[in-house]
Amino acid sequence: MTIAIHIENLTRRFNDLVAVDNISFDIEHGEIFGLLGPNGAGKTTTLSMLSTMLKPTSGSATINGIDIERDEDGVRKSIGIVFQDQSLDEELTAWENMDFHGRLYRIPADIRKQRISELLKLVELEDRKNDIVKTFSGGMRRRLEIARGLLHHPSVLFLDEPTLGLDPQTRNHLWQYIATLAREKGITIILTTHYMDEADRLCNRVAIIDHGKIIALDTPKNLKDGIGGDVVTIRSPDPAAIVAALAEPWITRVEQHNDEVIVSLQNAEQHISTIVTLLNTQQVPIQSIAIHKPTLEDVFLSFTGKTIREEEADHKTNMRMYQRMVRH
Amino acid sequence: MDIIYTIWLRNMKRYIRSKSRIIGSISMPLFFLLFLGFGLNSVVQLPGMGGNYIVFLIPGMVAMSVLFTSVFSGIQIIWDKQFGFLKETLVAPVSRLEIMLGQTLGGATTAVLQGFMILVLSVFIGLHVSNPAGFLIALGFMILIGISFTAFGIAIASRMEDMTGFQLIMNFVVFPIFGLSGALFPISSLPAWMGPVTLLDPLTYGVEGIRYGLTGVSQVNPLVCAAVIGGFTVVMTVLGAFLFRKIKL
Repeated sequence: MTIAIHIENLTRRFNDLVAVDNISFDIEHGEIFGLLGPNGAGKTTTLSMLSTMLKPTSGSATINGIDIERDEDGVRKSIGIVFQDQSLDEELTAWENMDFHGRLYRIPADIRKQRISELLKLVELEDRKNDIVKTFSGGMRRRLEIARGLLHHPSVLFLDEPTLGLDPQTRNHLWQYIATLAREKGITIILTTHYMDEADRLCNRVAIIDHGKIIALDTPKNLKDGIGGDVVTIRSPDPAAIVAALAEPWITRVEQHNDEVIVSLQNAEQHISTIVTLLNTQQVPIQSIAIHKPTLEDVFLSFTGKTIREEEADHKTNMRMYQRMVRH
Repeated sequence: MDIIYTIWLRNMKRYIRSKSRIIGSISMPLFFLLFLGFGLNSVVQLPGMGGNYIVFLIPGMVAMSVLFTSVFSGIQIIWDKQFGFLKETLVAPVSRLEIMLGQTLGGATTAVLQGFMILVLSVFIGLHVSNPAGFLIALGFMILIGISFTAFGIAIASRMEDMTGFQLIMNFVVFPIFGLSGALFPISSLPAWMGPVTLLDPLTYGVEGIRYGLTGVSQVNPLVCAAVIGGFTVVMTVLGAFLFRKIKL
């Protein structure tokens, strides 16, 4: 496997805020790589630096061996990008938006025409090609942007929150496109998302990023396996008592989380009755109890001590700094 | 060159589709022409200028229409910034100078087209262009006004965050430029202390140049007009390109 993207100690500061804090990793050619984290974690800043839109404060990165600072145009030619916010000209038609892009990237007229037809067919917008983008739905616009990002045959495609604000059906549809793209065209795809299921379903590998740092990087499967088995969520008016009651050797981990206790253990189905008995004998009240296979949400929680939603709330109110509730 | 053309082409497509904008920006100078022109024609005496106020006013209204359209076209890149389209252009492997020049030429073209429409309509209310050379001279000045003030709009837009300051710019910068230019009255009729102020206004030279082309009479030597508005065009283009290069998203 060849390296498509190499990132070394990449850092970006905005005054006192360290948006991206000394990150390093490699992305292999043909990989779908996910940057997963809450809003404000530094995902978009990372993409902005890789796409030469923003200068790093320190550190370096190469795309296909081209340095992002030394050869901006070289990088720009070899990447396609779909921004988080829409970047289409709403007054132009789908075809004209594509054509504008093709001309900007100096694609000769005949090839341009052919590729635009092909790509509009791929994203199923061919019958709407002469309609003004203003009349398009959110999902159609996204698809058009993805098609546009591929027009100049980039070897790396950046997707910044590609399914943000789309309905579940459209999201599913887009995931299929993205997976097909990577498979059939051999394009390396980096996508940022704060949807855990999106990262899980699409990505070969996922880097979990929080407060500008990479806190975990592996395949979704390995990350979930690292949790230590299944996840049992117990709700109770007295969660602290549950934590105390469940100090058993066959339990991998117990975390209190508001009025919930999250328990990780192997073969939860077999142990669930033991847990209930244990809590009953110690007279700890139980409101509800649920078992599920670990998700990336649980991985995020285990690394940060918070759910991604709480983390976002924290970012919004700027209440307190990153704090781990559980150390291991 | 092909990149400049691409940006220009986009501007043209948007322009042709915005019927309301075309009509909207023709209406103001046209109403000025009709109401002020016909209203004041019998009252206003202009010694040494043919004595016809409507004919005096026409070059001013042509210039006005070019001025407002071009500043507006330049400032429009704020919308591209807000609606995200500017990112698409800025992340492409093209230089910002090419983007800026394409935008400037696009804006200037729409502005000159708008002015040209006023010019054509003016023929029905008393304009006689007997001399084709004069017409070309007027067109040349319209092009210079169009380029310089689109670049001026781009320069402003490059430093503005959003459209909230737009009204302020229009009222306190663009309107005084228009008012002091001698578009509505001969600059010699202003009080003596205001004379130098009108001569500091670059549009004065544009209006006088167009007036010379269309009517054969002007208060400022047409060569001086050409030199000043030409110089202003160069300065504005350089300034616009410089500020656009530093634009932040």
